[in-house]
Amino acid sequence: MSPAPSPSSSPATVGGPVIVLDDVVAVLGQFPALAGASLTVERGEIVLLRGPNGAGKTTLLRLCAGLLPVERGTATIVGFDLATQRELVRPHVGLLGHQNGLYLDLSVRENVNFWGRTVGASADEIHAAMARMGVAERLADVPCRKLSAGQKRRTSLACLVARRAQVWLLDEPHAGLDATGRDELDTTLAQAAGSGATILVASHELERAGNLATRSVEVIAGQVTALGDKK
Amino acid sequence: MSTWRVARLIAAKDLQVERRSKIVTNQVLPFAGITMVSFAFALDKQNVLDTVAPGLIWLATTFSLLILVQRSFSIETDDGALDAMRVAGIDARAIFLGKAMALAVQLLVLEILLLFAAVVFYGESIQSSGAVLALFDTPTTVGGVEVLLGGESTAAQSPVVAVVLLVTTLVSATCGLAAVGTLYGGLAAGFKGSETLLPLLTLPAVAPVLIGATKAVESAVGTAGAVVSEGWQWVGLLVVFAVAFGIGGALAFGPLIDE
Repeated sequence: MSPAPSPSSSPATVGGPVIVLDDVVAVLGQFPALAGASLTVERGEIVLLRGPNGAGKTTLLRLCAGLLPVERGTATIVGFDLATQRELVRPHVGLLGHQNGLYLDLSVRENVNFWGRTVGASADEIHAAMARMGVAERLADVPCRKLSAGQKRRTSLACLVARRAQVWLLDEPHAGLDATGRDELDTTLAQAAGSGATILVASHELERAGNLATRSVEVIAGQVTALGDKK
Repeated sequence: MSTWRVARLIAAKDLQVERRSKIVTNQVLPFAGITMVSFAFALDKQNVLDTVAPGLIWLATTFSLLILVQRSFSIETDDGALDAMRVAGIDARAIFLGKAMALAVQLLVLEILLLFAAVVFYGESIQSSGAVLALFDTPTTVGGVEVLLGGESTAAQSPVVAVVLLVTTLVSATCGLAAVGTLYGGLAAGFKGSETLLPLLTLPAVAPVLIGATKAVESAVGTAGAVVSEGWQWVGLLVVFAVAFGIGGALAFGPLIDE
């Protein structure tokens, strides 16, 4: 059996934009969910995707995660062409949607350990990922089923760190969280971006996500319009 | 990480989940036991049970397989872990092999317990054939019921060869069932109403295993005069089935779960 692509085999781990979409068209059924979308995101940026329901925000995230084919245009993620190297893109990308991708009967430590070990992460790396997301101490041995929504989100993000995902695609990450959970999540994301993670956030919570983001873009009818830098 | 190492990680994770949740011990094993008892009540004649016991063991195994497969994929879909594995680019062959291995381990344990249940509930088969467990040539108490494991054996019906046939049958049938269950479990997991879809897909597909394993066990235990040598052709069928669904499943699993 051939080995899975190594996350370290990225041609764009240092320098250059991490996400480059140029006139991308993606189709859901017969419907063009992305109709010529263009977007460039640098390493360490947090970009807020704004827009009404059905505008194409989730489709954009799923395309960047390699879950949808590129019908037209060019899309490059961490230096790999999404049209021809989708399997090489996936190990570098983490998609956090309405679910957290956790095994609810396993503890926080066991979940992070599992995801980390799929890319050969060491025990130290795995512990560091948990510590970075604030789940290494009190929560480490708690079954995920017993965690609050915010704690599950942080555990899920720890899994992304442990499996060395460089690009985080977050779809409504604040949904279902209380005020404390939202604050914790924002702090976590800001720290992650400071450590080099590139984050795309689709959200309707414009004020909160807008404060977190370094840049906002608007997605309307499958096209992306720049709204300018905040910082 | 190689496909094989990731597969072992996934298998270990699945078994760890089961150890934690105890669904298998608290629900699947009792279900299998109740099925065996129900058969005994429904076929309330010892001579009938003598004849059909091997088939009943595999029927109970097949029904339990459906629950095990549902469980195996519900842990993946409860919180979107299967999608997360796809996004993470984990090789679909590794997912298939890992889940099939975990399923096979659980099935093997179940089958061994069902064999003992057959001894307890249907009593005769091992005693009358004298072949399968003749190695244990002493009366044994199982669940408060005294069972004679062993008895007369003949040169033609060598107990060692019969045991080898039985073990080979268990292993090859288990691999086939695990491969089919994982393949169709993955397919059904993406659909609404997967609980009802899974039996519709799986039961017809495992019919060759049901037939082959029943015939091979009949030969191993000497049901209705069957002899050990007759069982190997059925083991051949089971091996071919397991290899075909193992390779086919590993190749097809990625496109199936991507859909």
